[in-house]
Amino acid sequence: MTTVMANTSTEMRYVPMRRAGVERALIALLLAAVALLAGCGDGKPALKFNATDITGASFGRQLALTDAATKTPRTLASYQGKAAVFFFGYMFCPDYCPTTMTTLNAALGKMKPEDAARVQVVFVTVDPRRDTPELLTQYVKAFNPSFTALYGTEAEVAAAAKEFKIIYQKAQVKDENTYLVDHSTQMYAFDPQGRIRLMIKHESGPDAIAADLSALLRD
Amino acid sequence: MLMLAVPLGPAFAQDTSVGAMTISHPWARAVPAAVPTSAAYLTISNTGTADRLLSASAAVAKETQLHSMITEAGVMKMREVKAVDIAANGKTELKPGGYHIMLVGLTDGLKEGSKFPVKLKFEKAGEVTIQITAEKPGAHDHSHGEHKH
Repeated sequence: MTTVMANTSTEMRYVPMRRAGVERALIALLLAAVALLAGCGDGKPALKFNATDITGASFGRQLALTDAATKTPRTLASYQGKAAVFFFGYMFCPDYCPTTMTTLNAALGKMKPEDAARVQVVFVTVDPRRDTPELLTQYVKAFNPSFTALYGTEAEVAAAAKEFKIIYQKAQVKDENTYLVDHSTQMYAFDPQGRIRLMIKHESGPDAIAADLSALLRD
Repeated sequence: MLMLAVPLGPAFAQDTSVGAMTISHPWARAVPAAVPTSAAYLTISNTGTADRLLSASAAVAKETQLHSMITEAGVMKMREVKAVDIAANGKTELKPGGYHIMLVGLTDGLKEGSKFPVKLKFEKAGEVTIQITAEKPGAHDHSHGEHKH
């Protein structure tokens, strides 16, 4: 024990000298990195998003649910060619979900019409027991006629939520039809190539979302 | 938050008072007939001592609950609360993303522009009935926070 302590303190004494060298090397590296970022690009500025860039994420790679309006199967490939925004919620949610749907509608309104036409908002129910396809369709279209909804069996919805790192859980259960659902609030945006790109926080405003979706369409 | 009051102006002059309490801009989210739930919001200005909003009741819904909403690690959690504390000499807002009056079991949605009475019960100030207007989704999108940090 004593030896170890002695060794440690010996090392400690060398640290200031070593640190100076390390610091110099780090600064040189940093300067090189800054130079690379600032000057040596091809003139195309790196894409900047308001939302969190999760390009290359190992999740959100598959989806197998059913479209509420057409009752036909949907996968991520179904949305290729568009910037798709996925949001998981439930219809009985009186506050958060409608607010988010309203924000997304406002975001579309802030985009060029030709860009907005290339965005697909997808509402995924985490409450398939109460959210029937008919109700879901009416619900999403009330916010914007272009919005769509997905549903599935309890197992299918659970699989989709897991793949998208969405947590949801029933709360304040009074009976089998009366309960609340706690759920994750983030949205995910996919580019027209069908790759997951952005995690959009619930507090994002329409301007930030509109800018990000427009950028995704041009990426 | 004060932004909320700016565009409203005289159109919302129908403030209702009870005791030291003034209730302004009561509104609910208009929802299509298929949707069984909605939420109502309002601002309570209190010039008196601290009070508590104990309940809200509306005939348009089977049940009316006072709810809090918190977001914990990105997960939205809504909970029924027994009462909403009304601070002395202050303003308490029921607004999207926070406290709201949850309307459960709407029989026919809430049509945009429709009005319905809601009875509020305060611990000290007593009861008051206000008229709530159902507003279109989007009328309040600014309340979701355009704040850039």
